[in-house]
Amino acid sequence: MNSQAHHVDVKEFHPRAQAAIHNPKIRQNFRRAMDGLMAKRTAAFEGWDLETLRDLGANIRLKALSNLPDLLEQLEAKLTENGIRVHWAVDGDEACRIVRDICVARDARTVIKGKSMVSEEMELNHYLGEQGIEALESDLGEYIVQLADETPSHIIMPAIHKNTGEISELMHEKTGTDLSNDVEYLTAAARQQLREKFMNADVGVSGVNFAVAETGTLCLVENEGNGRMTTTVPPCHIAVTGIEKVVPSLEDVSALLALLTRSATGQHITTYFNMISGPRKSEEMDGPEEVHLVLVDNGRSTIYQDDELLDTLRCIRCGACMNHCPVYTRVGGHTYGTTYPGPIGKILMPHLIGLDEGRHLPSASSLCGACGEVCPVKIPIPDLLVRLRQESVDGDRLHPAKVRGHGAKRTTGEALVWKGWAWMHAHPGIYRLGTGTAARFRALQPSKVGAWTRYRTAPRLAGKTLHQRMKERGQ
Amino acid sequence: MSSREIILQRLRNRSGGDLATPECDFSVLKRPDWSTAERIERFEKAIESVHGEVHHCTDDTWQERLAEVLATRGARNLLVPREHAIGKAIRDSARTDLPELLAYETPIENWQTDLFNDVDAAITSTRGGIAETGSLILWPTPDEPRLMSLVPPVHIAVLKASELYTTFHEAMQAQDWSAGMPTNALLISGPSKTADIEQTLAYGVHGPKELIVLVIE
Repeated sequence: MNSQAHHVDVKEFHPRAQAAIHNPKIRQNFRRAMDGLMAKRTAAFEGWDLETLRDLGANIRLKALSNLPDLLEQLEAKLTENGIRVHWAVDGDEACRIVRDICVARDARTVIKGKSMVSEEMELNHYLGEQGIEALESDLGEYIVQLADETPSHIIMPAIHKNTGEISELMHEKTGTDLSNDVEYLTAAARQQLREKFMNADVGVSGVNFAVAETGTLCLVENEGNGRMTTTVPPCHIAVTGIEKVVPSLEDVSALLALLTRSATGQHITTYFNMISGPRKSEEMDGPEEVHLVLVDNGRSTIYQDDELLDTLRCIRCGACMNHCPVYTRVGGHTYGTTYPGPIGKILMPHLIGLDEGRHLPSASSLCGACGEVCPVKIPIPDLLVRLRQESVDGDRLHPAKVRGHGAKRTTGEALVWKGWAWMHAHPGIYRLGTGTAARFRALQPSKVGAWTRYRTAPRLAGKTLHQRMKERGQ
Repeated sequence: MSSREIILQRLRNRSGGDLATPECDFSVLKRPDWSTAERIERFEKAIESVHGEVHHCTDDTWQERLAEVLATRGARNLLVPREHAIGKAIRDSARTDLPELLAYETPIENWQTDLFNDVDAAITSTRGGIAETGSLILWPTPDEPRLMSLVPPVHIAVLKASELYTTFHEAMQAQDWSAGMPTNALLISGPSKTADIEQTLAYGVHGPKELIVLVIE
């Protein structure tokens, strides 16, 4: 069903951005939603010592990452003891095959899904579809996006790019509901449609918000109850998660949960906080008889190698960075063409798809710094954007670039210009000659300088150089 | 080498060397020691802000309130635990103003369609609540299975005021959760809801449309 994701060329960022900027519906849908989310977040943290709380969030994530291999082993041991089977996947393809093998072993034909960004990363729905296994999204936003054969435009609110009228038409066309702008009616219709699916699904697939090593507990944060349905009603539950989601203890979860829901949607807590520590016991009346956890690496262990890039792995996927991003708000989530849009996508996706394909991502930012200021675990997103920009042109001779596809944006012409620039600044005589000449012949300066002057007037050279002015002042 | 070994080895042989483990100070999560009355007040305010309903009762009045709540909603039946004290109390009372009482005494596979389509309300106990966020703590058991608080359109929960904690952090420490968790544990804070259609709130998208808390003081 994720057929669209397969054909999006991430490199075509600029044409998509142009189209989105000139689409008033997209502009309006995102502007309204992001304004609301920013206000709610601010209100939710009222009365909190937010800086200290964010420090705690950052430290908890760093603590977990500093012991990552040990924690993963502890998690595996504890889950196994609890009766949950643990699988490891080097990349998305392997993770897809693991899920398929579990389905095949159970002769499963239908899979119902709770929200999981990792499964989007794996393009699991598409893969299962090819294998003749139907995968149906049950989160209302994901359900809508799937009906439209699209991908999520926001990691928390997947269908935020659509308004009620568009959703009503879509549901009418695909499911036969009446045309109506009554959200209650549309929601009730989806409830009915999905309840049937929950009852008949062979397998439930969910994501994980936190995996607790100490007790072997998988935590899911949600409002709708579809996550609970997915993990309780079908006879088999498969959870998929990135290897970075493990935390040492339940105590850590209490702090991260406080940060997550307030940062994401401005809620003090979500309706459901679901903690799963095992399959159904023989004396229990419900719950899945089989529970699996698939631990997905998919590039994370490579990010883990570098002290600076490592901070990317602190992310708890709240989406606050996109809610506060002036670029995201204007171009919308689909413009990026990546699983994770917005600021976190710009620092995470280059690792997953390479800096050649993701070359425009680190530049799609004004470096205003809002993302770093609101991040609940204090990821220095702007610094990481600068680092990736340098890597994309191999621009730091002292620190060799590491990210796959680095140097993809480097051009001989630009490299020569900067070389000349550096040489000129190291030779004062040449520098003065150059600036003096430029000032004298400034009338010849072109009024159009490429992309820069498409929306701006060209900067005017000063009539006198700084040296000349200082000299005059001294007289 | 298995994928497990490949991943763990990459993480262990980190090229950047060992990472420092920072200290974590959880004191920022602490709240003042609210009195029981204040905890109830905060709990009520928080859960009502997300469409939950709170009724103040005593040991003597909660069943009467339960009957009223069910009658106003026209509930045809009520799913009740068998073993738990609240279930026993309801069954032993032989009240005539309650609807038909049902029990979850057979595995879900045997009565899934009935549970999904024909049960109007369910009542469960709680393991306490959280004042700061307006949350109920539930540990489902064979007597009160997981789907009781999820599938019927009305969920009624009984909460003892004396078991209201201030924060989640305090609750998990007081109940020593790190010693071991049940197969499923839940925090429930209001009825099921969504804002996925243009940020407009709608209740009962997958779970209960209504959450009613009987606080026993």
